[in-house]
Amino acid sequence: MTVKLVLRGKEYEVKPGMTLLDSLKKINVLSESVIAVRDGEMILDDEILQDGDVVKLVAVISGGAS
Amino acid sequence: MKCRTCGAKAAVNMRQHKLALCKEHFLDWLPNQTARFIKKYRMFGPDEKILVAVSGGKDSLSLWDILHRLGYNADGLYLGLGIDEGIAYSNESRRLTEQFARQHKLKLHIVDIQAEYGHSIPVLAALTHRGQNRPCSVCGVAKRHEMNRIARDLGYDVLATGHNLDDEAAVLFGNTLSWQADFLLRQGPVLPEHDGLARKVKPLCRFYEKEMAAYALLRGIEYMYEECPFSTGSTSIYYKELLNRLEADRPGAKLAFYLKFLEARASGQLFIQPEDAPQAMYHCPSCGQPTQYEGKCSFCRIIEKVQTEP
Repeated sequence: MTVKLVLRGKEYEVKPGMTLLDSLKKINVLSESVIAVRDGEMILDDEILQDGDVVKLVAVISGGAS
Repeated sequence: MKCRTCGAKAAVNMRQHKLALCKEHFLDWLPNQTARFIKKYRMFGPDEKILVAVSGGKDSLSLWDILHRLGYNADGLYLGLGIDEGIAYSNESRRLTEQFARQHKLKLHIVDIQAEYGHSIPVLAALTHRGQNRPCSVCGVAKRHEMNRIARDLGYDVLATGHNLDDEAAVLFGNTLSWQADFLLRQGPVLPEHDGLARKVKPLCRFYEKEMAAYALLRGIEYMYEECPFSTGSTSIYYKELLNRLEADRPGAKLAFYLKFLEARASGQLFIQPEDAPQAMYHCPSCGQPTQYEGKCSFCRIIEKVQTEP
């Protein structure tokens, strides 16, 4: 019974029934830094994640020193 | 969460605006807002020739897409930096940029630094011992120099870059931490043309980085997802993360930081009036571009050093 979150190839597992925001907090990822995509659709912080969900987290921060 | 416009399921929630929108209405909203900012900050008019600096990343490709959708006459400029680092970074970003230009039938200029000056950016940095094992400093100098040169040589009225609000807030944060008054006075959505420097504009400067990524994804723009391998651990990314922690607790903090700065600067409350600030007074005897100090500009000194090295 898990939800899988995938960020830059690394997988994290959280319990189902939590919101996306709470799930991100569990794995220490700021909602401001990622876009969550489930089954090809973007989902928002208040989405309740269900058992078996696989959520791809797209990192949005870019840039270098220049 | 529902779209404020149509009540359908929202795809994007912008807490700083208390605004959630579905895909369709977000993809309308963002270009409309861009058009509003272009007008508000008097970036350019409908008949001006725009050169968009495109890197293959989400921001610059989205900017090009938006300007094209708004009907502007905008060509692209891609600078080949010669960064490989085992992931063919520059080759892949060039491929994505060329693909976008081809798909949208847009004109793209390509300048390869190595072909032009004999060495890639990482090699230029290593040969000149600049940047403490990182080429970012040399890369920044070269990009600014080349973007200005091409814009000027090819007769463009304005050079547009894809800097978003997170970029601007991170730069502002860094310059504020060190009270770099001269840099603070030069930061803004528009840098006017003067002394051989092309006008520079940042039409995306009021959009959060997350919104730009959402725009690229929702528009189906294939962009360079991999970060520049040299940006890992960079100060600018660290500042962005700090600001995002603040934003998580106080929605709108990033936007307010930047906008209040622009207000303070425009009102003259910030240090001295922009018109009194020292301007670039010298011209490089080698390339003719303006420079802050007498003698050759930073870029020409890099090239000179490389060419005279045994």
